[in-house]
Amino acid sequence: MIRDPKDLQRYTPQERANHWVVGISFILLALSGLAFFHPAFYPLSYLFGGGTWARILHPYIGVFMAFFFVLMFLRFRMLNVMTKTDKEWLSRVGEMVDGDDHNMPEQGKYNGGQKAMFWASVVCMVLLLVSGVLIWQAQFSPPIGLVRLGAVVHAVAAVAMIALILIHAYAAIWVKGTIRAMWYGTVTRAWAKQHHRAWYREVTGK
Amino acid sequence: MTNHWVDIKNADLVVIMGGNAAEAHPCGFKWVVEAKKERKARLVVVDPRFTRSAAVSDFYAPIRAGTDIAFLGGVINYLLSNDKIHHDYVRNYTNAAFLIDEGFKLEDGLFSGYNAEKRSYDKATWQYQKDKEGYAMVDETLQSPNCVFQLMKKHYSRYTPELVSRVTGTPKEDFLKICGMMAETAAPNKTMTVLYALGWTEHTVGSQNIRTMAMIQLLLGNMGMAGGGINALRGHANVQGITDMCLYSEVLPGYLSAPTDADKTRDEYLAKRTPKALRPNQMNFPQNFPKWFTSLMKAFYGSAATKENGFCYDWVPKKDGAYDAMAIFERMHQGKMTGFVCQGFNPLASLANKRKVGDALAKLKYLVIIDPLATDTSEFWKNHGEFNDVDASKIPTEVFRLPANLFAEDAGSFTNSGRVVQWHWKAADGPGESKGDSEIMAALFLRLKEMYAKDGGKFPDAILNLAWPYRIPAKPAPEELLMEISGKALADVTDPKDPTKVLVKAGDQVPGFAMLRDDGSTSCGNWIYGGSWSQAGNLTARRDASDPSGLGQTLNWGFAWPANRRILYNRASADLAGKPWDPKRTVMKWTGTAWGGNDIPDMRPNAAPEEHVMPFIMAPEGVARLFSPIMADGPFPEHYEPFESPLDNNPFHPGNAKAKSNPAARVFKSDMDSFGTAKDFPFVATTYRLVEHFHFWTKHAHINAVLQPEHFVEIGEELAKEKGIKAGDKVKVRSNRGHIKAVAVVTKRIRTLDVDGKKVHTIGIPLHFGFKGLTKPGYITNTLTPFVGDANSQTPEYKAFLVNIEKA
Amino acid sequence: MALQSLDIKQRSATTTPAPSVRQTTEVAKLIDVSACIGCKACQAACMEWNDIRDEVGINTGVYDNPVDLTAKSWTVMRFAEVEEGGRLQWLIRKDGCMHCADPGCLKACPAPGAIVQYANGVVDFHQENCIGCGYCVTGCPFNVPRISKDDGKAYKCSLCSDRVAVGQAPACAKACPTGAIQYGSKSDMKDYAAKRIADLNERGFAKAGLYDPAGVGGTHVMYVLHHADRPQLYNGLPADPGISPLVSLWKGFAKPLASLAIGAVALGSLFHYVMKGPNEVSKDMEKEVEKETEQ
Repeated sequence: MIRDPKDLQRYTPQERANHWVVGISFILLALSGLAFFHPAFYPLSYLFGGGTWARILHPYIGVFMAFFFVLMFLRFRMLNVMTKTDKEWLSRVGEMVDGDDHNMPEQGKYNGGQKAMFWASVVCMVLLLVSGVLIWQAQFSPPIGLVRLGAVVHAVAAVAMIALILIHAYAAIWVKGTIRAMWYGTVTRAWAKQHHRAWYREVTGK
Repeated sequence: MTNHWVDIKNADLVVIMGGNAAEAHPCGFKWVVEAKKERKARLVVVDPRFTRSAAVSDFYAPIRAGTDIAFLGGVINYLLSNDKIHHDYVRNYTNAAFLIDEGFKLEDGLFSGYNAEKRSYDKATWQYQKDKEGYAMVDETLQSPNCVFQLMKKHYSRYTPELVSRVTGTPKEDFLKICGMMAETAAPNKTMTVLYALGWTEHTVGSQNIRTMAMIQLLLGNMGMAGGGINALRGHANVQGITDMCLYSEVLPGYLSAPTDADKTRDEYLAKRTPKALRPNQMNFPQNFPKWFTSLMKAFYGSAATKENGFCYDWVPKKDGAYDAMAIFERMHQGKMTGFVCQGFNPLASLANKRKVGDALAKLKYLVIIDPLATDTSEFWKNHGEFNDVDASKIPTEVFRLPANLFAEDAGSFTNSGRVVQWHWKAADGPGESKGDSEIMAALFLRLKEMYAKDGGKFPDAILNLAWPYRIPAKPAPEELLMEISGKALADVTDPKDPTKVLVKAGDQVPGFAMLRDDGSTSCGNWIYGGSWSQAGNLTARRDASDPSGLGQTLNWGFAWPANRRILYNRASADLAGKPWDPKRTVMKWTGTAWGGNDIPDMRPNAAPEEHVMPFIMAPEGVARLFSPIMADGPFPEHYEPFESPLDNNPFHPGNAKAKSNPAARVFKSDMDSFGTAKDFPFVATTYRLVEHFHFWTKHAHINAVLQPEHFVEIGEELAKEKGIKAGDKVKVRSNRGHIKAVAVVTKRIRTLDVDGKKVHTIGIPLHFGFKGLTKPGYITNTLTPFVGDANSQTPEYKAFLVNIEKA
Repeated sequence: MALQSLDIKQRSATTTPAPSVRQTTEVAKLIDVSACIGCKACQAACMEWNDIRDEVGINTGVYDNPVDLTAKSWTVMRFAEVEEGGRLQWLIRKDGCMHCADPGCLKACPAPGAIVQYANGVVDFHQENCIGCGYCVTGCPFNVPRISKDDGKAYKCSLCSDRVAVGQAPACAKACPTGAIQYGSKSDMKDYAAKRIADLNERGFAKAGLYDPAGVGGTHVMYVLHHADRPQLYNGLPADPGISPLVSLWKGFAKPLASLAIGAVALGSLFHYVMKGPNEVSKDMEKEVEKETEQ
């Protein structure tokens, strides 16, 4: 659906679906994972039917998410190649956070921050997958040392990933006009020109 | 056991040889640990394998299977040549001073009187020189060349440490170290206990293995002492009871020698078995044989046994030959038997040479199995694949299985290795249609009796007149049986010195075998159990653990035969004057008027030391025999090779092929071909139990099957390397009688031995597995073992034979 | 209150104090390896008392059977053949839960109340609270807990907490024929061990000693070893066991720190929004774009 014929298509329906499959999986994983991480979060396991169900479901959801994450990675990896401009953008990210983006360098479809987020998620995802398999005791029984390492890596990567995703979500909320790109695929031209001018030029030719 | 289980804790040195107490007797082994903990006792283990007992020992030495006499003969030589003996004890309490017939000799490995044709000895030259009163002559100085002491010294002087090591494979320094440890117990206040089991008996020289150690214990003065003795660890909770009650056909209950065809009349029979004292003043206890036998006949035949009919002597079967297990199966194999009642016995698995046993069973018309379990024997006819590869269509034997109760499903008594009879109570009902053994036997008997009464028969008297005094004839109660065994007075029993004095009233239980009479006034099913159920009640049910002496004698716990005596020959624990050799462990002492102490005296209670009544009251000599004129295969133990030996000859007698193996061992002509030679079967095999299992029973029990699930054989690392065998590989072990397959356990615990200049490998084969049960189906170990037995006990040689091994 | 009516010292995944008013004696099981004959009566007693029956396995070329601990075999004998100076020793060790004073399993467990440590020192699994994650396995320095293939729960020796609670010795100690397994108060067991060690010293084992490793705060299952200087000889008994640093990191300060970090990010975002306001497309830009599109 295009609200305004002049709006720009930022994500296809397939891309959006893929994103939300991963996103929902992540939320489920974060909730169930946190339940095992600290007693304070244990009640979250009741959302899944109790601790045992949370323990059973968590790894399957993880594998599910990993599969769709790979698809997403294949879709977006070329768009996330870091350039010189991205690095410049990143070096001046303080101004951006401070709320003043007028002097930020011109950005393509993704800015340096988004790309950094992309690659950080990829790294976390790989770590989570590998370490998750190591500690999946119902299915595998690797040497105990690896299991212990896996547990720590899994926890660290999960915390990092949760932090990243929180930032990711907040960025979408903070930058008004962004979330609709993942809801129904389009952004306004003004949004595009303000935040991703190079992409704006590329798709509009202006 | 001459002593008892708890008494092991009193030892200073525990020697385990010819047994593996930790493995086969883990509960009794606690007393070994107790001796170590509380007395700082040392534990020595001599065994072909480094066993579980060796795991907690202070010193272990390896030995080639079947060479114990060489080892122990070497110990005797060490003790004599280093003068490490208990002189007073040897001089007074053994037959060391006795003079032997001048014709006695050992020549080229054979004792005088050998008959090669009969494979037996004429013992005429093995006898004591006697004076005109019929007493044995002695030389108190022990100097006469014909006295036992000098003969023994000469006999064992050949057992030098070098030759011992060459024959046994035991390193010389290990052997000497053990000699030294044993020698320390020659001190009057030091004792050694010896624990042995089937590792000594199951050889063609089995009885002599034990005798050699008994001689050592006598030389060291350890018999009759607390913490001493020679202790046979019996293999079942009640196997002692089985032998006591004569559950085999060679003797009558209480070890009374059974009559043979040669014993035409009762008088002849009794005369032969009632010895005269061989020294003045001796108790010569077997002189009471007629009382024991007559009381037994009264128990058998009740009022039918009268003085006039010789107490039914004619009804007792007379042996016309040997009837031990091997002889029975030899007859069966020759097709001379129609039926076999197999009660609590799994001969297919537990007798030697499974193929012969299976073939023999196939020649029966019927086989009756009375057992709680579906034994391998009960399916000897059924094809179980490679494990029992038979053709059922060619086996006509009809098999009946009568399910019996287990011991916990009936009341009764157990007699443990220490001769302690303990009553046990029924814990649960048996499953399904199972019945107690006595109920099954009663049913068979009553049916037979009815048939004899109705149809007559060749010889109905013995059946029709058998005493059957039970309240419910079809179900004799265990209590009734023990009362019958213990004995009662049928008429008033009076004091022989004062006939007016009634000792036991008619109808009362006798207080002990001393009250038995040969005139038919007493009845007793087994004289050695006499008094176990007295007027005071069932003494075997006593559970008073009080132990005032601290020696563990617990005289009010159960009942020990004979006469509740805990340590046999206990008079020997004191010197001639009646003073204990070790006052800290007083078993017996002369109080001035009587024998007293912490046990029932093994002595006439009022026999003052001055009377010189010697402690070994069951021997007409009154003393113990270092030289035994009654053994079948020699008065002194001599080393002979196992029937299957890795050596070409007996290193003690390299020139005489007849003296390679025991010249008097039990071997049937038809089995001569079944022996293998070292050329085809170069490795020494030995069979044994594992702690996780009990014979062939527990393979039917889940927990035991979990703990030891599958048949294996143990081999040393060197042999494994030579044959390319790794731990966990399947291997095939062959003897000349068949093969088995099992998993290989490769271990440092079996050493390759240097024997007579060659390397000898040992293969250990546990016995518990078979084709019935919850353990992995397996072969029967006794497929491999030879059908050859000890000269005295006829026990097969399960412990030393030859095999070959290869990867399966 | 727990089934065993014992006082609880620690409870897994619980941040508030457990009920602990009653005082009970600290107990211990002492395994005197020098008196152990490896008869496996303890294994049989364990199966019987706890009503667990493992599968009938196979022989793998050793005496050990079952070859390892399982959810249905809470104790196993481990046999080691050690040859030194030409003399062979067959070192036989009963393996199973050591009941650490500082239990790694309990530390690692995420399920509240699935693992408890009683005041008497027994570390017990309450399978009804167990979620089957296997974290206890990673936490244990002795590699003891096992996850059942049948129900996905973790199992191990309970030191017969039910027997102990009513003053009985654990089933294995009761069944041990040689007294190699002793049971009593921890201080009595240490005294007993001292006597055994003196005896072993006298028999030539100069380095005999008690295994009560400090790295886990001591244990409530202790060994008397002939070679206390080299516990590894006994089929790999760890010389200096402790909770893995990785587990300590993970279940130690990482737990609050990471939770704080996540909270900080969330709160930081919120306050950033409040402080800085949303990043909206400027009116100028909207107009500018409107113009462009009209052209």
